[in-house]
Amino acid sequence: MIRLVQLTFRTTRRISGFAFTLFVPLLCHAESTVTNDQEPSLWHILYRVFTFQDYNTSLVVASTLILGLASGLIGCFLLLRKRSLMGDALSHACLPGIGLAFIVMTALGFNGKSLPGLLLGATITGVLGVLAVLVVRNTSRIKDDAAMGIVLSVFFGAGVAILKMVEDTPGQSAAGLESFIYGRAASMVFSDFILVSIVAVAVLICSLILLKEFTLLCFDEGFGRSQGWPIHRLDVIMLALVAAITVVGLQAVGLILIIAFLITPAAAARFWTNDLRWMLFGSAVIGGVSGWIGASVSAVLSKLAAGPVIVLIAASIFIFSMVFGRSRGVLRRSFSLHRLKQKVGRQHLLRAVFEIQEDLCDAQGKPPANIPVSFDAVLRHRTWSPKRVRALLRLARREDHIEDSASETIRLSEPGFGEAARITRNHRLWEIFLITHADIAASHVDRDADSVEHVLSADMVRELEEHLDMQTIPQSPHQIRQQQEARA
Amino acid sequence: MPKLLKTSDNPKPDNRLAEDDHSPSAPLSIHDLTVAYHRKPVLWDIDLDIPEGKLVGIVGPNGAGKSTLIKACLDLVPTASGLVQVYGEPYKKQRSLVGYVPQRESVDWDFPVSALDVVAMGLYRDIGWFHMVLRKHKDIARAALERVGIGHLADRQISQLSGGQQQRVFLARALAQDATLYFMDEPFAAVDAATERAIVTLLKDLKTQGKTTLVVHHDLATVTQYFDWVILLNMRVVAAGPTEDVFTAENLHKTYGGKLTLLAEAGHALSQIKRQ
Repeated sequence: MIRLVQLTFRTTRRISGFAFTLFVPLLCHAESTVTNDQEPSLWHILYRVFTFQDYNTSLVVASTLILGLASGLIGCFLLLRKRSLMGDALSHACLPGIGLAFIVMTALGFNGKSLPGLLLGATITGVLGVLAVLVVRNTSRIKDDAAMGIVLSVFFGAGVAILKMVEDTPGQSAAGLESFIYGRAASMVFSDFILVSIVAVAVLICSLILLKEFTLLCFDEGFGRSQGWPIHRLDVIMLALVAAITVVGLQAVGLILIIAFLITPAAAARFWTNDLRWMLFGSAVIGGVSGWIGASVSAVLSKLAAGPVIVLIAASIFIFSMVFGRSRGVLRRSFSLHRLKQKVGRQHLLRAVFEIQEDLCDAQGKPPANIPVSFDAVLRHRTWSPKRVRALLRLARREDHIEDSASETIRLSEPGFGEAARITRNHRLWEIFLITHADIAASHVDRDADSVEHVLSADMVRELEEHLDMQTIPQSPHQIRQQQEARA
Repeated sequence: MPKLLKTSDNPKPDNRLAEDDHSPSAPLSIHDLTVAYHRKPVLWDIDLDIPEGKLVGIVGPNGAGKSTLIKACLDLVPTASGLVQVYGEPYKKQRSLVGYVPQRESVDWDFPVSALDVVAMGLYRDIGWFHMVLRKHKDIARAALERVGIGHLADRQISQLSGGQQQRVFLARALAQDATLYFMDEPFAAVDAATERAIVTLLKDLKTQGKTTLVVHHDLATVTQYFDWVILLNMRVVAAGPTEDVFTAENLHKTYGGKLTLLAEAGHALSQIKRQ
């Protein structure tokens, strides 16, 4: 059973590597060759969209892809700085700015829906929102999360009210402003694409050249400040980059969902690596892939808005990473724990058998030999249930340490006996070391020895031998003590 | 009580008198330093000169302001009044001479960087804005890790290190800075015996190189063994000087005898009055 799961685990991991690179394009390609020009199939359209062959959608797909790369990268720092919610407060605080910018621009006689103008307004109130959080936090004793919660909802509420007011006033139509809440990627035009690309590339470059400084800021602010780094200014630069990505992402993803676009790729990438550089790379790739696939799917199924699809794709990658992640995934962790438990259990069984053999031979005045041991004796030797002993016996049998586990007697194989002697010896060496060199009472030593002996390396055993000057299997220190007590 | 309040309202005459006593070449001289959190004083009129080449222990009960003293010297907490000088100049001008080992718990050890990356942070100041960490910097960092005895763990992610090893990484980062004055905040807190020995060897090593080290320490039993200079601290300096002169039963009693000293009461009363 466990073998089976292990096998599936391994194969899934291998397959998963190919999935994105191979599976999707292959399938699409196969379909595209089959289709004739009567009615393009869904796969054919998908293929054209994915490969940027469709002009109408290629702009949208390309912008979300670039946006994803940049947001994935800067999102890592946001996550590591533990400022995830700050991004959320920032994006929600953008809404009143959009409404106000519309009012100002129409009052001045410009086109109220000019995108750069609206985004400028969004930036201003977004930054005000972040400042409000900092002011509340620094001047009162209210903590970060509460401050962000307050600012987020107040600004968003104000934004909704302003949009409602704008809609009700006669004159220029304000319809479409609310699309910034959920995003409407389909409405992007070429100039929007240029704006998004320039900002995203600028953010990418900035966060890469400030990699060292941002790492210090996120890891150890106090040390950085003691070194004279302008921690405050770095913090502002980082938030400015986040703000820039948030604002240009409003149109495509919407202000409610942009936070997922920032945080999810970073959190997913963290499961695969312990190296910041790889995490940044992975996060950017995951962000880019989410944007690319999400916008493409949304372009084909026109009823689905791009924002939610992108977030769902990112979330799928996140869940996949959480389960299968190479360095911190759930499966990986539980398997290493399981394997350790198996190893410990098997070693305990072998030691128990060896100790019983030792006792039996000792009673006859002979040196320890590989004689059969009864099942009941093992059961009595340790506080194991019969079921547990049978499971351990099966494990040991798989390693060929036991010749026959079916009957009521347990017979060790030749390598099994050697292994049992080795394990027992290590255990006793460690016990004696603890008693003689670590001043631990003999009655307490067994348990401490138990927890460490399974990880003793060959080097350490050699060191112990030299230390204790012992080459053969020493007697158990408990027995020594018992004998001493009996003599006294 | 009224007398105490009065002097704190007008502390200036004292300051002027004290200033003359300071020697300009001391690695660290602290002039009438007062630090307050939310109007409540934490450190009160600290006035100290640390002589060169000493291994100095800062000892006192919990909440005595030991860490705050270090942080105030490094400009990490706002000071209410006072002046800190490193070799006769303000700290801001002498950063390259000062190394800092923060408390181990002050950072998130789950951060995705290796031990080598952390040690290299000690060199960021030399490397400067926008520049990358080069091989020569990595070599310096590796050498610093070797000095604290964990060179073989250079590429290990920091969460996979034991508490003692993490502490050594922080020490190595300070060593990489190659400073002449070191501040260490509880380097002995919750470390294994091997690490404690390694740190002590390192401290003695720094001393023989003529460097000055200030260490926040909590274990009274080892003070005489480790340090040749001691600052007994409980909001104010109870005593400071060579260990054999200062580390006496009487001084210890003054430092630890009841945490709620007269000063704490006075400080509390003061904050009450100002709030009204």
